[in-house]
Amino acid sequence: MSTEQETELTAKPLYRRPAAMHEVTTHYCAGCGHGTMHRVLAEVLDELGIRERTIGVAPVGCAVLAYNYVDIDWTEAAHGRPPAVATGLKRMLPDRIVFTYQGDGDLASIGMAETIHAANRGENITIIFINNAVYGMTQGQMAPTTLVGQRTATTPRGRDAATEGHPIRMCELLNQLHAPAFLVRTTVSSPKHVRQAKRALKKAFQYQMEGVGFSLVEVLSPCPTYWRMTPVESCRHIDEAVSKVFPLGVIRDVKADDRETD
Amino acid sequence: MSAKEGKQVLYSGNEAAGEAAIRAGCRFYAGYPITPQNRLTAYMADQLPLRGGVFVQAESELAAINMLYGASAAGARCMTSSSSPGISLKQEGISYLAGSELPAVIINVQRCGPGLGNIAPSQGDYYQATRGGGHGDYRCIVLAPAGVQEFGDLTYDAFDLADRYRNPVMVLSDGMIGQMMEPVSFDHLPPASPPPRPWALTGEPGRDRNLIKSLRLDAADMEGFHRKLLAKYAEAQEKDVRFETSGPQDAEVLLVAYGTSARICGQVVEKPPPGLPFRVALFRPITLWPFPGRQLAEWAGRVRGMVAVEMNAGQMVDDVRLSVAGGCRVELLSWLGGRVPEAAGIAEGIASLFASPREARAQ
Repeated sequence: MSTEQETELTAKPLYRRPAAMHEVTTHYCAGCGHGTMHRVLAEVLDELGIRERTIGVAPVGCAVLAYNYVDIDWTEAAHGRPPAVATGLKRMLPDRIVFTYQGDGDLASIGMAETIHAANRGENITIIFINNAVYGMTQGQMAPTTLVGQRTATTPRGRDAATEGHPIRMCELLNQLHAPAFLVRTTVSSPKHVRQAKRALKKAFQYQMEGVGFSLVEVLSPCPTYWRMTPVESCRHIDEAVSKVFPLGVIRDVKADDRETD
Repeated sequence: MSAKEGKQVLYSGNEAAGEAAIRAGCRFYAGYPITPQNRLTAYMADQLPLRGGVFVQAESELAAINMLYGASAAGARCMTSSSSPGISLKQEGISYLAGSELPAVIINVQRCGPGLGNIAPSQGDYYQATRGGGHGDYRCIVLAPAGVQEFGDLTYDAFDLADRYRNPVMVLSDGMIGQMMEPVSFDHLPPASPPPRPWALTGEPGRDRNLIKSLRLDAADMEGFHRKLLAKYAEAQEKDVRFETSGPQDAEVLLVAYGTSARICGQVVEKPPPGLPFRVALFRPITLWPFPGRQLAEWAGRVRGMVAVEMNAGQMVDDVRLSVAGGCRVELLSWLGGRVPEAAGIAEGIASLFASPREARAQ
C-alpha cells in the first residue's frame, strides 16, 4: 500500500461517532442490543437533522440512563408511564419530535394501559420498543414477552403457558386499533437487520414529522446476560427462536400500498 | 379590586376552580371521571380548548398525572383533578413530580373513605395530602378553601406557588365546597404571569440539552437533593403560611378547622348558639402544609383549650397537638361517614367537652 493510499484512508473514515451521541462508554453488558439501538437512534437524528428538536422519554429499566448517551432533551418517566408523559409533551409541543424508549416490562406489562390508549388516541409520537423477553435491570425475571419454556429468575423451570400465559405480541395487539399509523417489528441480530431497523425508525420519525400519527418500532434485542448465552449465541437465538414467536416485518403502514418487510 | 367588587356569577366550586385555573394560565388538563368532581372535568373539557389549552380524558388517574408530568416538563402550566380514591392512584405521579421538581396543580374534591366509601363530603385525606402522600421524602403545598370564591382564588394561587417552588400543589376541597353554588367573581384575578422556565424540555435549538429526572443513584447526590427540597420547604414555611382567625381575642375556647367544617365553625363564632357557656374563636388554617403551627401556638397560653373540628376520625388534630406541644388542652370533635356538622352540634360538643369532670379536674 502506498503512502498516498494511506493518507486517503485516514482522510475519509468509514465509521464515525454520530454527532447526536455523547463520547462516553455505555453501562450496557457485552452484546446488549441497547447500545446498537442507541447508535441507530443517534444516526437517524443526525440524518434527519432533528437532534435539537427532539425530546426523548427514558424508561425505568436498563435504558433509564439513555440520556447519558444520546444528546437531546430527555425526561425520565415512572415505570410504564412514558406514553402518558409523551402525550403531555407532544400536546404542548406539537412541532417537536417526541419519542419514548421502552422495554417489554415497561411497555407491555405495567404500562399496557398507557401504551394501548396512547396508540388508540393516535398520539403523534413514536415508541421505540426494545423487546428482549426479560426484565434485565432487576436481574432477569419473566417479562410479558418471555418465550414459553424460557428460564428466568421467576420461571426457574421455564415459562409455563398453562399458568403464566403466552408471550404478548404487541404490534399485533395494537394492530386491532384504528388509529396507529406505523407498526413494525425489527431486530438488531445482524448488520442487515440493523440497517432495516434504522430504516424503520427513520420512517417512524418522518411520519411523525408529517403528522401521519402514532408509530411503534419494536426491536427484538439480545440480552446475553439473562439469556445466559454468548452475544453470538443470543443473535442466533433471535433468528432461530425469538423471531419465530415475534415475526419480523411491517404489521401496519397506513401510507404503504403493500406490506413490505423493510 | 376585591372579589366582591367584580361582576358576580353563580358558580359551583368545581366550576370556579376550573375557571380560575384557566385564568391562571393553565394550558393542559388531564382527568378521569370520579364523583364528586365531575363538573370540574366537564368545565375544562368545554372551556380549555376554546381558550388556547388542551383537554385530555385520560385512561386512568395514573395516566392523567403522568400526562401532567409531560406537559409540565414541556413548560406548560397544568392541572388535574380527582376525588379521594383517584388521588390515591395519582400519588405515584405526585412523588415523581416532586422528585423531578416539576410544578403542577392537583385538585382533590374529597369524598368519604376508606375504599369506595361514599360520595359525601369528607376530610379523610388530610394525611395523604399533608404527609407527601406518595413514596419518599417530600411535601406538597396544600391549600384548603372554605367556600366557592376561595376555591377559585386558591386554585389561581396554586399555580404561582407551584412555579415558585417547582413543586406540586394540592388544593384540598371536598364534596360540599365542590358542588355547592355561590356568587363568585374572577375580575380581581390578575393576568397570568408564569415565570420563565429555562429548565423545560422545549426542544429549543442552540442551547445545551435539558434533562428532567428523579434518579440519583449516588447517595451524596440524593442527599444533596433532599437538602435542596428541605431548603425549599423551609422557605415555604417562612413565607407562604396562610391562616385566618375570627372571633374574640379573649376567647376561652379556640376552634381549629379548615374547609367545610371551618365554614360551619364560623357560624358558631359569628352567632353563638344560646346556651354556649364560653367565648369561642376560630383559627382556620388555609395552608394545611405548611401548617400555621407557630401562629396557632400563640393562642395556647390564652385559652382553656383548643378543639379541632374535623369531618374525619381526627387527622389535623395531630398537627394541632404537635404545634401547641402540650401548651394547652387539645380536643377533637369528629363527624364521620360523610356527615357534615351543624352549628348546634358543634356548640353542644364544646359545652360537653369543657363542662365535663375532666375539665373540672383540669381547673
